[in-house]
Amino acid sequence: MLWNLLSAFSNWALPLLVLLIVTAAAVKRVNVYSAFVKGAKEGLETVFRIAPYLLAMLVAIRVFQSSGAMDLLTQIIAPVGNLVSAPRQVLPLAIVRPLSGSGSLGMLAGILQEHGPDSQAGLIASTVQGSTETTFYILTVYFGAVSISRARHAPLVGLLADVAGFIAAVLAVNWLWPQ
Amino acid sequence: MINYIWLILLIGGIVYGGLTGQITGVTDAILQGSQSAIELVLGLAGVIAFWSGIMRVAAQAGLTQALARALSPIGRLLFPSLPANHPALGAILLSMAANLLGVGNAATPLGIKAMEEMQKLNKTPGVATDAMCTFLALTTSSLTLVPATVIALRQAAGSSQPTVIISSTIFATLVSTLVAAATDRWLRCYYR
Repeated sequence: MLWNLLSAFSNWALPLLVLLIVTAAAVKRVNVYSAFVKGAKEGLETVFRIAPYLLAMLVAIRVFQSSGAMDLLTQIIAPVGNLVSAPRQVLPLAIVRPLSGSGSLGMLAGILQEHGPDSQAGLIASTVQGSTETTFYILTVYFGAVSISRARHAPLVGLLADVAGFIAAVLAVNWLWPQ
Repeated sequence: MINYIWLILLIGGIVYGGLTGQITGVTDAILQGSQSAIELVLGLAGVIAFWSGIMRVAAQAGLTQALARALSPIGRLLFPSLPANHPALGAILLSMAANLLGVGNAATPLGIKAMEEMQKLNKTPGVATDAMCTFLALTTSSLTLVPATVIALRQAAGSSQPTVIISSTIFATLVSTLVAAATDRWLRCYYR
């Protein structure tokens, strides 16, 4: 029941949001078409701005994987993943996610290509990337903007939330799509 | 930081591959990896551009402000130290709304604006206030309704159901946000 509801929500979320937004905008007499085109242009600029970062990260990860070093690393940290029944392929992503947005995006792309987007590892990696933020980047930019040098407990809270989000992602995927 | 991770991946990979006799695999990885990275970017571009377009429409229709108004009771609950009707609370709510809608470009400037408003109330410049820490806890734990970039990546990788992860993502983001709000409350007194 709940599962059906959740999967129906996943299927409907995108079209419903688009319908809602476009309708609301039309009612408010926004020029929907020209607003959309402006936004799409910004989106394309974003994509091509992240392209070199993705290229750098994907090639480095591919090199690391093809040499066999990734297997070695994931075997070493596998016991940590076993604690929460996470597949070992997603652990490197969990480490990089709080540090670098483009780096973790490259890692996610690597995992999706290597193991498939609908595999357990692919689903968990997608959820981790979508549900957490680049904690250290945000701390640096936001505190830096108002010259705060004593961040107090903010970094610790950010990291604890990242760990909780990772565990929740693993649990959610294992529960929704049992392998 | 990411600089070192990149170096470790590249140098570690090439050296380890050389030692274990996988050097032709490493060569392939460099050549094919570059090619597939650019193919990936092209695959991503369509979905991300579409979503940015829709989000721009949402912003111009005033939906960010509407969502911010809807969130204001939660805002007052989470930020008791901010005076009601102070611009700081308004800026925080707008930034949270932009994050929820995934208007990535808008969220950071709005967040910085919120920090500046909170800094005006800060009696100890240089030290973060309770409200700032709560705001960062919520922001770093991420609030998303539609993880558009991830959906685009899954689409590009040939997923049969690219949007299926919306439900698991919302669950995980709720858990991490609750943990962030709770640990912020708990740890606040120990870091003065």
